[in-house]
Amino acid sequence: MTDSESGPDLTKNGPEDSAPEPATAGDRPLVVVEHVNKHFGELHVLKDINLTVDSGEVVVVIGPSGGGKSTLCRSINRLEPIDDGTILVDGKELPKEGKDLAKLRADVGMVFQSFNLFAHKTILDNITLGPVKVRKAGRQDSQKHAMELLDRVGIANQANKYPAQLSGGQQQRAAIARSLAMKPKVMLFDEPTSALDPEMVNEVLDVMTGLAREGMTMIVVTHEMGFARRAAQKVVFMADGQIVEENTPDEFFTNARTERAKDFLSKILTH
Amino acid sequence: MFDFSPFFDNFDEIMQGFWATLRLAAAAAVLSLIIGTALASFRVAPVPVLRAFGTGYVNIVRNTPLTLVLLMCSLGLNDILALKFSDTSSTTYYWWAVLGLSAYTGAFVCETLRSGINTVPLGQAEAARSIGLTFTQSLRVIILPQAFRAIIAPLGSVFIAMIKNTTVAAAASYAEVALVTKTIVDKPTFANGVIPLFLGVAIGFLILTLPTGYFFGWLAKRMAVAR
Ligand SMILES: Nc1ncnc2c1ncn2[C@@H]1O[C@H](COP(=O)(O)OP(=O)(O)O)[C@@H](O)[C@H]1O
Ligand SMILES: [Mg+2]
Repeated sequence: MTDSESGPDLTKNGPEDSAPEPATAGDRPLVVVEHVNKHFGELHVLKDINLTVDSGEVVVVIGPSGGGKSTLCRSINRLEPIDDGTILVDGKELPKEGKDLAKLRADVGMVFQSFNLFAHKTILDNITLGPVKVRKAGRQDSQKHAMELLDRVGIANQANKYPAQLSGGQQQRAAIARSLAMKPKVMLFDEPTSALDPEMVNEVLDVMTGLAREGMTMIVVTHEMGFARRAAQKVVFMADGQIVEENTPDEFFTNARTERAKDFLSKILTH
Repeated sequence: MFDFSPFFDNFDEIMQGFWATLRLAAAAAVLSLIIGTALASFRVAPVPVLRAFGTGYVNIVRNTPLTLVLLMCSLGLNDILALKFSDTSSTTYYWWAVLGLSAYTGAFVCETLRSGINTVPLGQAEAARSIGLTFTQSLRVIILPQAFRAIIAPLGSVFIAMIKNTTVAAAASYAEVALVTKTIVDKPTFANGVIPLFLGVAIGFLILTLPTGYFFGWLAKRMAVAR
């Protein structure tokens, strides 16, 4: 369906010059999470979290529901504020609020479980909105780039439809294109395929695998083992607000070090 | 009894009254929409002072009788404090009526709009923030457009109530149709036929309000956001 080799290079092509430098593969740390704690009232959802994601690296976050995976993801672009600790994106600490925070968020793409495409705008407008309003790119250049991205994710023929007219898989691919249009340094995916009918899961995973191959830095919350093995360099197992195990995908799925992870894997494997 | 000649004998005056009503309603519709949108934006803003102002305004204005608001404008501000828009008295009373009615209706527009904002899924705002839109941008480009589409029908009701509320402006010395009607009835030459006259004016109001209701109903269907 989508061929990552023949499509335009998403991380490099672009209409405007003001965009940040694309991430290039290497071991420069791009996202650094240090001693982060977060409470929801009494509930301690993130317990002293430490995580480093290098430029070009793909990290899969896996673990039982309620373990804090979404909260970790959301705290990296400050959709959730943290109590203490530091989060650095490309060497810069997250600004508290206002214009600086908005600027940082533009560099951190986010793909949600429920797509969250702007319901009152066409697919094309969904994708050009950020470049035009945030990056101040020209409308025509943005549209041209948007069409390239839509072509890349295989839904160029849906450009003028509204989100509700698309299938779940198409909506999620449009949402990925919307994130890519900002030329983010890193992309966060929070269970991007969990809301999809089974037959649509692969069309989304294929797009994500393509991105990983092209060197996009990605943090992906998912239970899709196939994707983790194919695309990730690292698996992080999270439970009860803690990172319990960090491992390579192959090691983790065949030979997990911790009992907690083994127990979890035995449950998802038998279902 | 059902002789409508009292209505038609004074037709020109009544039409002038309706024209004045229409001018008041049209200006108040625009201004109350602006005031209501500003207030609703304040009420969802991340700045506590703005939120407090929005809440305070709505609670005070919404719970004050409109007559009082308008008298405050005409007698209090215009006559006593001499804050006049113009030296021509009909002009200054017109603008005070517009301002008073809009300030009052704006509180209702605000609350209607706020209920519309609540119908927009949280994910829309989160997606807007995650591509780097500021609070104001995401409110203007993502949240408010969707909220407005959700409240078109109830907004129609607010405007119908506002059109009927124009009659209260009579209390504030503005010569809209209710005041004109009262003047006609009070003329010493006016013998009988009060009821036909009132019925005629009531039908005049229906001609204003019914299409308003239908228009907003039609618009609501046309603009609905599919989810
Ligand atoms: N906004 C919130 N308010 C209160 N509790 C929350 C909120 N969001 C998440 N939680 C709680 O925090 C815990 C971790 O949630 P989450 O990060 O969504 O876990 P996961 O994504 O791993 O399933 C859960 O117990 C959840 O109920
Ligand atoms: Mg989750």
